[in-house]
Amino acid sequence: MMQLWRAAFVIARRDFTAVVFSRTFILFLLGPLLPILIGFAFGGLGDKISSTDLRPIVGVAMSAADTSALKRAHDRLAQRMGDQTLPRLRAVPSAPAPRIQLARPDSAVVAILSGTLLKPVLTGKAEDLDKLQGDISLLSTAALAERTLTFVTVDRQEVTTSLGAQAQARLLIGRVAQVVMFFLTILLAGMILSNLVEEKTNKIIEILAAAVPIDAIFLGKLMAMLAMSFVGIAFWGGTAFAVFLALYGGGGVLPAPAVGWPLFLMLAVLYFAMAYTLLGSLFLGIGAQAATVREVQTLNMPITMAQMLIFFFASYAVDHMGSPAEIAACIFPFSSPFAMIARAAQDGAVWPHLLALVWQASFVALIIRVGVLLFRRHVMQSGGSWWKRLFRPATG
Amino acid sequence: MGPDYQGRMIGDITASSPASIPAYAVEGHGLVKTFGSFRAVDGIDIAVPAGSIYGVLGPNGAGKTTLLRTLLGIIDPDEGHRTLLGEDQPLRMAPQVGYLPEERGLYPSMKAYEAIAFMGALRGLPLAEGRKRAKAMLDAHGMGAAIDKPIRHLSKGMAQTVQLFGTIVHGPRLIVLDEPFSGLDAINQEKLEALIRSQARDGVTILFSTHVIAHAERLCERIAIVAGGRIRFEGTPGDARDRLRSQVRLRTRASDGAWRHALPADTMAQEGTWHFALPDEGIEPLLRALIDGQAGIESLSIERPGLHDAFVAIAGEAAARQMQGDVTQEAQP
Repeated sequence: MMQLWRAAFVIARRDFTAVVFSRTFILFLLGPLLPILIGFAFGGLGDKISSTDLRPIVGVAMSAADTSALKRAHDRLAQRMGDQTLPRLRAVPSAPAPRIQLARPDSAVVAILSGTLLKPVLTGKAEDLDKLQGDISLLSTAALAERTLTFVTVDRQEVTTSLGAQAQARLLIGRVAQVVMFFLTILLAGMILSNLVEEKTNKIIEILAAAVPIDAIFLGKLMAMLAMSFVGIAFWGGTAFAVFLALYGGGGVLPAPAVGWPLFLMLAVLYFAMAYTLLGSLFLGIGAQAATVREVQTLNMPITMAQMLIFFFASYAVDHMGSPAEIAACIFPFSSPFAMIARAAQDGAVWPHLLALVWQASFVALIIRVGVLLFRRHVMQSGGSWWKRLFRPATG
Repeated sequence: MGPDYQGRMIGDITASSPASIPAYAVEGHGLVKTFGSFRAVDGIDIAVPAGSIYGVLGPNGAGKTTLLRTLLGIIDPDEGHRTLLGEDQPLRMAPQVGYLPEERGLYPSMKAYEAIAFMGALRGLPLAEGRKRAKAMLDAHGMGAAIDKPIRHLSKGMAQTVQLFGTIVHGPRLIVLDEPFSGLDAINQEKLEALIRSQARDGVTILFSTHVIAHAERLCERIAIVAGGRIRFEGTPGDARDRLRSQVRLRTRASDGAWRHALPADTMAQEGTWHFALPDEGIEPLLRALIDGQAGIESLSIERPGLHDAFVAIAGEAAARQMQGDVTQEAQP
């Protein structure tokens, strides 16, 4: 076992230094920051687009008095409910009929409100009417009651804690952690697919295979790529934290996850490592069978789709704590790290995490072993039935 | 790289080698390895005496590389068993073995000394020590300027030398070289031969494969001639040569006479010279017949066959036998 780990460390050190001390690694580090910078640059414009253009516009083909009353009601309600909650109103001519106006190529409204405030008629497509009917009813009612409509004042009674709000916040933390972990995994683990191609094309695999167990080669490569990922994450995380401090000056208070921030962060690191090595070992095993970079590229698409499925499964489970789906997501090895980090945000029990980590680690070992045996069988053309060798020592 | 330098250098490295040395550094019994329906190794028994230089000779595609890979544990045999330095799990002895594969491979971006140290580290040599030794080896070989150069900037010969140093940097007890001379110019071939001899002087077992017989003839104490996945001959180069009779070349003034009846039946005439195998009873009876028959001997030479002749005869015979076997098999209903 010592020989295995020593050899894995030698391979890992070579791979790690080869990647980290290359010029392309700077691009790797800066790459994910580019979208953020672009986002900052165009953020203002984006906000404007989302706040104005996306609300549906309803044409009002009523009398001038009714139209004015509707607009006043809209403004009063928008003050309390927020500008984004109600559709925009725009006066349109009462003739021709709304049906004809909506059929015109230059029509800029989704639906047209005609008739009177007492008996409004909304014309439009069925699915648009479904969405707008309630809002228009509210606006018409408010417009009718214009003079008599008074808003009740709500007294505020503040509390320091609200379990409901805390649960909501924890759910959000779980979701964010899942998304961040998933994207880091999908961005970084995919690189492992092509990891053994260099050794195969340069004929180095023969030297490695003669000197160390192939398990050590796989393990070393995983360790190197994981270490490289941590360097990237430390860089991106540090940058994100600096930006956060610059924007909020350390004044923002984040709600705490169920297990507390220190343990949560530690679990996040461990679960990321597990998600990475689980997918990485699978990728390494699949990629090792590929003979060329082209084959590796072809494999990328189905693997990414499978990852997406796993992520959707895990993210569905976040909202259903304790349900069979959530437990299944925690047990299924590939979704387990994502489901468990969400659990850490919402449930304070620690022991399930210890169990999950052991479970996930044992699957990493199993996947590596199967990948190695398939590699020996199909690439090195060695050995008989691979399953018979599954639990033999790596050096045997 | 002179023998003196290598002797000193490797002597230092191997000082830590374990004392228990089996009689045979490498053993294989009943080894069979098939790829699909092709039997690359077809029931081979081999035993390489510890401390010897042992050559595996064979034409291209004979199964030499597969045999070496099987013995080293890179691939497992379908049948049979092998031991390497007395251990039946070859990888466990990896720190005491050096292997230069037929298809050379190095990381192109690695510096020369790092590549050597890395190969040593794979076999258990601490990296710092490997770097130190690598620099000393390259320096002593006149490659000091290449120490810091990436492999991709080295010539093919230099890269091969780097790989060879990587094979021996950790001071192995057994060195396995697959076609080590291929791709090397005459000077580097000479240097490699010197290196092999110096390693053997230090007690290291050398097992190498080649299809260039001259190297084996100069270096090997024992050889195995492999053809069609089987060992067709095993023994000393002298034994191999002895399998062929010496060849006699005779030139006479007279072209015909009663003396011609004394020539062996398989005699061939070529450009006024008689060629035939040395008779079992020796040359004296024939000489007497030639003198008595007034053949007029102009020249007579007896040539002992070389290993090359023996190799061609043995491998050729095996190929013919295999071809005959294939035809017989095909002819069977």
